Amino acid sequence: MIDRDEVLHVARLARLQLGEEEIEPLARELSAILDHVAHIGELDLEGVAPTSHVVEMTGSLRPDEPRECLPREVALAQAPAVSGAGFSVPSPQA
Amino acid sequence: MSPTEIIDLSAAQAVRAIAAGELSAAELFDAYRARAADDKLNCFTWVAPEGSGGAGPSEHAQSDAPVADAPLAGVPLAVKDLFCTEGVPSQSGSRILEGYEPPYTATAVSRLEAAGASLLSKTNQDEFAMGSSNENSAFGPVLNPWDRTRVPGGSSGGSAAAVAAGLAPWALGTDTGGSIRQPAALCGIVGLKPTYGSVSRYGMIAFASSLDQAGPLTRDVTDAALLLRHMVGHDPCDATSLRFPHEIELPRAERMDGIRLGVPAELTGAEGIEPGVLQAFHAALDRAAQLGAEIVRDLSLPHAPHALSAYYVLAPAEASSNLARFDGVRYGLRAEAAKDLLDMYERTRHDGFGPEVKRRIMLGTYALSAGYYDAYYGRAQRVRTKIAEDFSTAFEAVDFIVTPTAPTVAFELGEKTSDPLAMYLNDYCTVPMSLAGIPAISIPCGLHDGLPVGLQIAGRAFSENALLDAAYALERALGFDGSPARA
Repeated sequence: MIDRDEVLHVARLARLQLGEEEIEPLARELSAILDHVAHIGELDLEGVAPTSHVVEMTGSLRPDEPRECLPREVALAQAPAVSGAGFSVPSPQA
Repeated sequence: MSPTEIIDLSAAQAVRAIAAGELSAAELFDAYRARAADDKLNCFTWVAPEGSGGAGPSEHAQSDAPVADAPLAGVPLAVKDLFCTEGVPSQSGSRILEGYEPPYTATAVSRLEAAGASLLSKTNQDEFAMGSSNENSAFGPVLNPWDRTRVPGGSSGGSAAAVAAGLAPWALGTDTGGSIRQPAALCGIVGLKPTYGSVSRYGMIAFASSLDQAGPLTRDVTDAALLLRHMVGHDPCDATSLRFPHEIELPRAERMDGIRLGVPAELTGAEGIEPGVLQAFHAALDRAAQLGAEIVRDLSLPHAPHALSAYYVLAPAEASSNLARFDGVRYGLRAEAAKDLLDMYERTRHDGFGPEVKRRIMLGTYALSAGYYDAYYGRAQRVRTKIAEDFSTAFEAVDFIVTPTAPTVAFELGEKTSDPLAMYLNDYCTVPMSLAGIPAISIPCGLHDGLPVGLQIAGRAFSENALLDAAYALERALGFDGSPARA
């Protein structure tokens, strides 16, 4: 069971502010979903390797060569706030 | 040709008509653009402006190449919102990306454009592809053209409804746990999820990277093959993309002699599959048997009943990580008047994400958090291995596995929105194939209560050509009529 404090803790980890009206429904819904998915706890998975990639493939490395990238003004064009040559954000400590 | 005659052409027929000079690419584009602009189903988040497309067939269309090998010159394409298209809004159905115009185009789209397809529209979808009804879109729900009080399925609901309603000849979608196949089933069209890795994910706004695959939503199996042919292949921009081992052929099979179709008990006898759906499914298998297929009814996929649980750990876990990028810094929405950086992140995400996306971010963050990782994510990855092994074992005994695509026909708008688990059960039959990374196609196999039922056929990795052939033979024998949805 997920309680209110746990919801708020996870929301903080996820960088997600929740409205007061969102907290109780989330606690209830997450509890119901986790109850359901907890059925995988019943399986004997001793010695089973976790899936890393579903289709067999070996490492796909490429030479580390410099290439063109997006021009700075294009990269900045969609930003909510720009300062000089970079993205602008509020101070980490107000 | 009259606009009605033009709309009645499949995409492959339209390519042929253009190559034969019976139709111009501009006429075709304009006919669809006019219909798309008049859309009453809320299929689109963007439609090409008048006079913008179908300028004429590319030079390849006039080459001596056989008609079946001709490129897609001029045939318009609807593209799910989450594919980045340069200079065209690409919002993944989310408020947090409202108005976002990417600086580059997704590889799957640019390949199709290079083959001559022209961008007709961007299609509505569940926010970040999370949903099975299209009701999670920030831009409103899509209506099912068979019955406008019902959902089209999701998350590629706009793509499916647009193709079914004749508002686009064909469309691109993406499938993470069923998001191409289920809406295709609910709208009475064809939807194919290719083998994981066969189509580049570069430029797709990510949901769950180990599962997301782009694929076609089309009026028939031939169109699915034609579109897929120009999508597959390795892309240096996506390290998980693979060189497809052979060219995608247009299907030609008329019979299914010697083909073994396995009916897994776990996915066809489950509670919650509507009797009318099962009836249409079994009637389709009878047709397959008449075509020479051998129906293997005692097949088992023992771990399939756990696929949904594993999926609803893995997909939200990956999503919680992928969606961390939406923080109000580089693009999209930013909440105003934040008191510091952390506050800006938290408020932006509060304002920008809808309820289902928040739910999955919370679920995924929880499953990956300290103390729970092994119990949830670690276990789910092991279950995934068992599911893939089940399929490998099954494919020693059969060529394809068949199930209903979705447990029900299209349901009423609002019917399942208050119960997330009930909504998730839509994916019961499609999620196992996603976890195993294998290709699966949904074709319409009949009606129940006047609404389409989808048949899912799944095969081994990279068996797309054989899969398309089998689906094609069965499609011809079933003779499903999708025209009511275009009325």
